[in-house]
Amino acid sequence: MTGDITLLGYGLAAIGPAIGVGLIFAAYINGVARQPEAQKILQPIAILGFALAEALAIFALVLFFIRL
Amino acid sequence: MSPTAAMLLPMAEDESHFPPDPSLFWQPLVKFGTVDLFGSEMTLAITRPMVILALTVGLLSWWLVATTRKAAIVPSKGQAGTEAVYNFVRNGIARDMIGSRDFLPFVPFLFTMFVLILFNNWMGIIPPVQMPTMGRIGFPIALTLLVYVVYHWIGVKKHGAIGYFKFMLPSGLPGWIKPAILALEMLTFFVTRPLTLALRLFGNMFAGHLLLVVFIIGGWELFLQGGLLSVVSLPAWIMAFAMTVFEALVQFLQAYVFVLLAASYIGGALVDEH
Repeated sequence: MTGDITLLGYGLAAIGPAIGVGLIFAAYINGVARQPEAQKILQPIAILGFALAEALAIFALVLFFIRL
Repeated sequence: MSPTAAMLLPMAEDESHFPPDPSLFWQPLVKFGTVDLFGSEMTLAITRPMVILALTVGLLSWWLVATTRKAAIVPSKGQAGTEAVYNFVRNGIARDMIGSRDFLPFVPFLFTMFVLILFNNWMGIIPPVQMPTMGRIGFPIALTLLVYVVYHWIGVKKHGAIGYFKFMLPSGLPGWIKPAILALEMLTFFVTRPLTLALRLFGNMFAGHLLLVVFIIGGWELFLQGGLLSVVSLPAWIMAFAMTVFEALVQFLQAYVFVLLAASYIGGALVDEH
């Protein structure tokens, strides 16, 4: 079997941000379920946190292609 | 195919793009030769993303002028649509992130950014074009450079050149930790923020486009194999359809996130001394 081991590396690297994004949206859904009128305040915060957590996965993607 | 159509359409008659790789995004239309820049050879060319960007700018200008030229207090249908988008950026992004005191001067900047990025992202799935402009790193870098200059400029204007660095430092810290915190804050302000802003937009568009190519061209390759593999192309194309819908959402979200972060950086540079 031939291939590129860095692909697996990227897969592993994506686990962390994935869990982070999951936790952020879980907290967001929890908050909105408890207090629906807070949705407008929570939404930008949730999206902001999601964007920051996601940046880690994007870094890994770029590093993967830089290495090529 | 007419030359103008060839400038926008995917290069269908070329060799197969499967499996896709980053060279997919290098689509020069007119080449002007090469130059030597920082020791590496670079090709000067008008590329397909450049043409798409020019096209979207033209269409956006037409849309905005056409719907607001005869602006009335009781809006027409077109004007109401434009106002909805404008209100989304003005109230949903600018006012929330910068604060109701001094958000107004930045609304035109943020609105322009939002519609430009959104339209260019959606060009990644709008059928005859299907190429996200921001999948080429140069375009997000240019947009990020604008945001970078704006938020540092207003920060220095508000706090003064030395005050700007003082402002980065939270007050009430013990003296010995101040240099380390200042170094970290400067890293955030000058390196991490612009880097993530540009890379996030680029990475999402780049990866999304590759994903769509995998399912669409991959389905086509399977279809050409004949026999049982041809049947498998059907689920591949169903997946391509689902991914296209998902991409539409991601592309909207990335335009929103870009402008949201730009607004939060501007708002962060404008807050009063700690």
